[in-house]
Amino acid sequence: MFDFLDSGQYDLLGAFWVTAQLALYSAIGSLVWGTALVAMRVSPVPLMRGFATAYVNIVRNTPLTVVLVACLLGLNQTLGVTLGAETFENIGFRLAVLGLVAYTGTFVCEALRSGINTVPPGQAEAARALGLSFTQVLRLVILPQAFRASVTPLANVLIALTKNTTVAAAIGAAETSLLMKTMLENETDALFTVFAIFAFGFIVLTLPTGLVLGWAAKRLAVKR
Amino acid sequence: MSSVLYDTPGPRAKRRNVVYTIVFLAVLALVGWWVLDALNAKHQLDADKWSPFVTDSQVWTTYLLPGLTETLKAAALSIVIALPLGAALGIGRLSDHRWVRVPVGALVEFFRAIPVLLLMMFASALYREFTTVSSDFRPLYAVVTGLVLYNASVIAEVVRAGVLTLPRGQGDAAVALGMRKGQTMLYVLLPQAVTVMLPALVSQLVVIVKDTALGGALLGFGELLSQNRQITANYGANTIATLVVIALLYIVLNFLLTTLASRLEKRLRRGRKSPSVTLPAQAGATDVKSEAVSGA
Repeated sequence: MFDFLDSGQYDLLGAFWVTAQLALYSAIGSLVWGTALVAMRVSPVPLMRGFATAYVNIVRNTPLTVVLVACLLGLNQTLGVTLGAETFENIGFRLAVLGLVAYTGTFVCEALRSGINTVPPGQAEAARALGLSFTQVLRLVILPQAFRASVTPLANVLIALTKNTTVAAAIGAAETSLLMKTMLENETDALFTVFAIFAFGFIVLTLPTGLVLGWAAKRLAVKR
Repeated sequence: MSSVLYDTPGPRAKRRNVVYTIVFLAVLALVGWWVLDALNAKHQLDADKWSPFVTDSQVWTTYLLPGLTETLKAAALSIVIALPLGAALGIGRLSDHRWVRVPVGALVEFFRAIPVLLLMMFASALYREFTTVSSDFRPLYAVVTGLVLYNASVIAEVVRAGVLTLPRGQGDAAVALGMRKGQTMLYVLLPQAVTVMLPALVSQLVVIVKDTALGGALLGFGELLSQNRQITANYGANTIATLVVIALLYIVLNFLLTTLASRLEKRLRRGRKSPSVTLPAQAGATDVKSEAVSGA
């Protein structure tokens, strides 16, 4: 039943490794970008607020597939952006990270914004009364509490992101869904086995994330 | 606008904000100029690449509108099938019987953990091998199957969370009236839960609409995004113009749904006398679940 795995024809671990890398790089990138977006969204500069709001509303309502295809057709094929990669697969991978960061950043922003809303106004007022500037208020008082309050929504974003990495197949990144597509076409007598393997792989990737971060959310929650 | 996060700007802060605005504007303009210049160099901004979308009705009637119809068809079919299925699964998960609750819970958790794209691909392979569905309809079947399996399990969680947010007294009162378990669920709990979870359900629609695009990119489903290839082939490689128009269609459609969801949420919040809960409209990632919805 599993004999096609021994043939060495399919690089299962390699594909899952690419998926894990995509998820990791995109997670770091979107955390940074999402934080920047939320900082702009609550900033005293109207133009920045407007930009961040417009960006979030537009990108959040665009399908991820469209974002990634636009990265490939627009950025790469029209504008010639390669992000320093040479091979087709590498370009696909890097563009996928870029697209995933651009897309997931909006959800990180929304999660953090709801986290900011849980911080009592007195915290910010006290910080201002001490004479802290806006960036200090945000950096020293508000965001640390907001991050701790939004571990659960951020964990959900991370799980969604891990699953969303499969969409990178649309622009030719050599990750799991592309391999599964090939395997489903070749191994027609073992469809259920193939699906079970990939399903298991994703459960292994997402389940610990949920458990660990669920535990972390309880530990980190600000007791009020 | 004043905010709790910063003081009302005085003369110096006002000046500083103006400087920030100018710097930010300059950065935006620089990026914009670089993109537009590069696009212009590739002749993507030429009028004849964009004019078909205004002057030629054929591009709409032959490609865009049929594509949009397919997208809406798949989304509508998915939600119509997934709603009752999800409600059944959600109620099953609340069952008093262990042998119902545990397997249903496992099923729901399983399908929520699998990327919807893998479900679509698997469904497509199954239809190819085991059924006689013609290859014209197979992509639609596969997309709808994948979306139904995934969204039914998400809706199951929404329903479960919705029922669990109701005050305990509701169920107790129904029992005191002598209602059976089925009656309690059907006449007392579900009708109230539906109003609580309406916003979450509408924003799940946004997720479904967005996910139909997967079928276009990877399964040969003739929905809105997949029309991109046809149009660029027929109207002189107007890649950027086509992508912009297609993206705009998606954005407008989803923006309407998101607005509807948040209106519903506000209205439901206002309509209740007690400071009761409403399941928030989900943010709308492929499955970003709000805290309340993810429940356990």
